[in-house]
Amino acid sequence: MTQSSDDLTVERSRRSQPSASQAASSLAGAPSPFLVPSRDDRGEPYLQVENVHKTFGQYVALRDIYLDVYPGEFVCLLGPSGCGKTTLLRIIAGLEQQTSGRVIQAGRDVSRLPPAKRDFGIVFQSYALFPNLTAAQNIAYGLQNAKRPKPEIADRVEELLAKVGLEGFGPKYPAQLSGGQQQRIALARALALSPGLLLLDEPLSALDAKVRVKLRTEITQLQKQLGVTTIMVTHDQAEALAMADRIVVMDKGFIAQIGTPRSVYQHPNTPFVANFIGVMNFLSGISISDEEVRCGNLRLKTRSEESTPNHPVKIAIRPEDIKVLHSPEAAGNLPNVLTADIEGIEFLGSVYQLALRPDGDAKEQLTCEVSIHEARDLDLAIDRSLHIQLPPELIRVFAA
Amino acid sequence: MTSTPSSLPFWQRFFPPQVSHITTREDWIRVALLGLCTLFLLVGVVFPLYPMVLRSLQDTSGSWVGLANYRTYLSTPSLVTSLSNTLWMAVLTALLSVILGFVYAYALTRTAMPGKFIFRILGLLPLYVPPLANAIGLVYLFGNNGLVTKGLFGILPGWDINLYGLNGIVIGEFLYCFPQAVVILTTALSLTDARIYEAAEALRTHPIRTFLTVTLPSVKFGLISTIFVCFILAFTDFGVPKVVGGSFNVLAIEIYKQVIGQQNFSMGATISVFLLMPTILAFVIDRIVQRRQTALVSAKSVPFQPRSNPIVDGLMFAICTLIAGFAVIVFLTIIFASFVRVWPYDFSLTLKHYNFNAVGGGGYAAYWNSIRMSLYTAIGGTIAVFIGAYLIEKGKGWGWLRSVNYFLSTVPLALPGLVLGLAYVFFFNKPLWLIPGTSYALVNPFNWLYGTMGILVLCNIIHFYTVCFLTATTALKQTDPEFEAVSASMRVPFYKTFWRVTVPLSIPAILDIGIYYFINAMVTISAIIFIYPPAIPLAAVAIVNMDDAGDVAPAAAMSALIVGTSIGVRLIYSFLTRGLHRRTQAWLKR
Repeated sequence: MTQSSDDLTVERSRRSQPSASQAASSLAGAPSPFLVPSRDDRGEPYLQVENVHKTFGQYVALRDIYLDVYPGEFVCLLGPSGCGKTTLLRIIAGLEQQTSGRVIQAGRDVSRLPPAKRDFGIVFQSYALFPNLTAAQNIAYGLQNAKRPKPEIADRVEELLAKVGLEGFGPKYPAQLSGGQQQRIALARALALSPGLLLLDEPLSALDAKVRVKLRTEITQLQKQLGVTTIMVTHDQAEALAMADRIVVMDKGFIAQIGTPRSVYQHPNTPFVANFIGVMNFLSGISISDEEVRCGNLRLKTRSEESTPNHPVKIAIRPEDIKVLHSPEAAGNLPNVLTADIEGIEFLGSVYQLALRPDGDAKEQLTCEVSIHEARDLDLAIDRSLHIQLPPELIRVFAA
Repeated sequence: MTSTPSSLPFWQRFFPPQVSHITTREDWIRVALLGLCTLFLLVGVVFPLYPMVLRSLQDTSGSWVGLANYRTYLSTPSLVTSLSNTLWMAVLTALLSVILGFVYAYALTRTAMPGKFIFRILGLLPLYVPPLANAIGLVYLFGNNGLVTKGLFGILPGWDINLYGLNGIVIGEFLYCFPQAVVILTTALSLTDARIYEAAEALRTHPIRTFLTVTLPSVKFGLISTIFVCFILAFTDFGVPKVVGGSFNVLAIEIYKQVIGQQNFSMGATISVFLLMPTILAFVIDRIVQRRQTALVSAKSVPFQPRSNPIVDGLMFAICTLIAGFAVIVFLTIIFASFVRVWPYDFSLTLKHYNFNAVGGGGYAAYWNSIRMSLYTAIGGTIAVFIGAYLIEKGKGWGWLRSVNYFLSTVPLALPGLVLGLAYVFFFNKPLWLIPGTSYALVNPFNWLYGTMGILVLCNIIHFYTVCFLTATTALKQTDPEFEAVSASMRVPFYKTFWRVTVPLSIPAILDIGIYYFINAMVTISAIIFIYPPAIPLAAVAIVNMDDAGDVAPAAAMSALIVGTSIGVRLIYSFLTRGLHRRTQAWLKR
C-alpha cells in the first residue's frame, strides 16, 4: 500500500506544515484568532501582550503576538516544539526580552522591567528545586529574602505544604521526594510570595502518565481555589483541553487560534489547528459549490461554507464523527454514505480505531473510532467492507 | 523555520543592539565583575606576552633590530639542534605516554584485572613528584653511580642505559606525562554506553573489530587531546633535561642558559617564541578538533561492566605491574636516597641530608615559603576561577564579553611555564612603559608586584588556570540552568543564590580545584624560576640549585619533603571531604 504524498490524508501524529499564507487564508467563517468573544463579566484583562515580536539573530521566534488574559483565568499556550510558546512565557516573565512590543500586567507596563521587578511565580519542567535545601527551605527561599518575620515564614510554609498536600514533608530534601512531590513543592514555592500571575512551563511533562493526570486535576483545583491568573505552556493537547479555560494554539511564532477548549476542538481555524488538537481525517478534493466537494469520484456534501468553486480544498472530519452503519439498509437516503474496506484494526481499550479505505479512486485512508458496544454487532475483520456515513454538518472545508 | 533576511547593519550582527536589554543594578554588578575578570586575565595572560615578543625584536641594549635575533638563532647550529632535539624528544615522549597510558587506562576501565584500586592510585603517583625529582630518582638508578648501572652492588651484571641525553629525558618526561595521559584517557574510556557493545556482540562482531570500530573511535578525541597535552608538557619542561639532559640540548634549557647564565634576555625571548609556536599550534588544532566532538553519553546510557577474560586480565595485570612498578621504584628511590649516607657506597641511614644549613637553596625557609605560596595560590586561584567560570556560564547578556573571557581562560594551557615566567619579568619589572613611536611613558601600575609573593601567586594561578576553569565550568553546567530564573521570580538577587545554592552544590569541584592548585604550585619550577625574588626562596627551585651545586642527596631530601607534603595534603583533603560530604551533601542521601 503506497500513499502518495499529495494525497496524504490521515495525518495523525504528524504535524502538518502549512505555509504561513495557508494558515492566514483559512476559509472565511472562522472567527478571527484575535477577536476573542468579549465577556463582560471578565472585566479588564489582567495581562496584555501587545504586538510582541522576538527575533534571535535571523530567526524569527515570535511575531504579531496579541494576547489578553483575564483575572483568574487559566490559559494554555499550546503548540509543537519550536512554535515559540516557551519564548512567549519567558517574555511575560521578563527572563527573555522581546525585540518589540509591550507586556502590561495589572495595568502596569512591565515591558522593560527585570523579572525581579515583576509579579509572578514560575514552575519549570525541571522543577529547578535547590537540591541542597529542604522542601521547607525551598518554599521559604523568597520569603526569607523579603525579610519576613521567622514565625510568619514558618506559618506560610506550613500553609503551602498543606495546600499542595505534603504536610510533614518540609524537612525532606528534593532527592528524597518523588517526581510528583517535587513538582508540588515547586508549585508551593512559586506561590509562596502570593504572586498575581502563575507561570507553568511544561510542569507535567517529566512525570509518569498516571501522576500527570492526577497532578493536572490538582493543579486546576488549586488554581481555581486561589483564583490566581495562570499561564501554562504545554505541547500536550490533552493536557491543554483538560486544564485550560482558554487555549492559545501557536505555530511557528504565530498565534494560530485562541478559544475555549471546546471551540478550538470543534471549530479549528486551520488544518494545522485541526490536526494538532485531536485526530483529524483529511481528504483532498475540488470544491463544486458552497456545500459540495468532489474527492476523486466521490461527491460529498459538506457544511455550508463560503468557497470559490473549482478550487482545491481539504475536507476534514474527526474519527469519532464518522458513523459506521450496521447494514446498507440503515443508510436510507442519508447523504455521504460510502463503503470502505477495513485495512487496519487497533484495539485501544474502550474503542477500536479502524483504518478504512473508501471505495472509489480516492487513495486516502480514513481513521474512525468504533466503541466496544458497536464493535460487538459489527464483526470487525481486516478486508471486510463497511458502510460509513460522513455527516455533512460535521465536515469542515479548508482551502488546500 | 521562519526567518527573514536581516535588516540589521553589518556591525550589529556581531554586536546586537543592547537597547532592548534590561539593565538593573544586578546586571551592573555582573558586568563589573566580568570586566574585572577580563582585566585580570588580560594582565595575567595577554599583556605580558607583548613586551616579550617585542624584546625578541630588540638587541641586548633594547634597540630595535627586527628579525636579527631570529636570524642569529637560525644560523647558530647548536641552537637549531636544540629545536630539532626538543621536537624529537617531545614526539617520542608523547607516543610512549599515549600508548602506555592508553593500555593502562584501558586495563583500569575495560577489563576485570585484579587490583584496579591500587593501580589507579599508583598510576597517579608521579603527579605528586616534581619532574625534577623524578629525574633525580633516575640518576640514582641509572646514573653513573646508579643501582642498575652498577648491577645492584655488583650482584648482577651492570646495565648502563646511557641515561644522560635523550634516553634519560624521554624516560623522565614519560614519568611526568604518564599520569596526565591516564587521567584523560580513563575519563574518555569511562564515558561509554554498554548497549553499543551489547549490540556489537549481538551482531557477532569479533572483539578485535569491536575494539577498532567502537572503542577506538569513541575515545578519538581523548586520544588527540592526550597526544597534544603530553607533547606540550614534554616540549616545554625544564626540570628533567636540567638533571639528565647531559649534552642533549633542548629549548627550555637553552632559554635558562641565555637568561640566567648569559643574561641575554633578547635571545631568551627569541627562543621563547620558538617554544611558544608549536604549543600554540597544538592548542589551536586541539580546540578545532574538540569542537567537533559530540556527546556520546546521554542520561539514559547504561554503564559498561567489564567481564573477566583470564588471558586479557592476566596480560593487563602484568603490563600495569611493570609500569606502576617502575614509577613506584623511582619514587621509593628518591625517598630512600634522601636517607642514605653516601650513595652507592655507604647505605647506612641518616637524617643529615635533611639539615639544609650546609647547602644552598634556602632550606626550610624555602619549604615554608612554598607551602605559603601554594596555599595562597589555592585560595586565590579557586576564588578567581570559580567566579570567572560562574560569570561566563551563568551570566546573561554581554555575550561577546563572555566569549572573550572564555577564550582568555583557555589560553594559559598553551603557555609554557618558562615563557610565562619570562614574560612576567619583562612586563612587571618595568617601572615605566614606553608608548611605541613617542617619547611618552606610562607608569606601570603593576610594578609593585615585582619581587613579591604576589607575582608568584599570580603566575601560578594563571599557569594552571585552564584545567581548573574547565573543571569549574563542567560542574556549573551540571546545575539547573533555571536556578537564576527561579531566584529572580522570588526577587532574590543572583549573588545570594550563588552563595546559598551554586557554591554548596559545587563544593566537590571547588575542593578539587583547590587541591590541584596546591599540588601544582608545590612542584612547579618552570613558571617561577625567573621571577622568584632572592628574599623568597622556594623549595622546588632549591632542588634545582642544590642539584646544580652537586648536592644531590639534599635535593632528594627536599623532593621527599615536597612529595610528602603533597600526598599529606591530598590525604587530609580526602579525609575532610568525606566529612564535608556527610554534612553539606546530606541532600544526596535518600
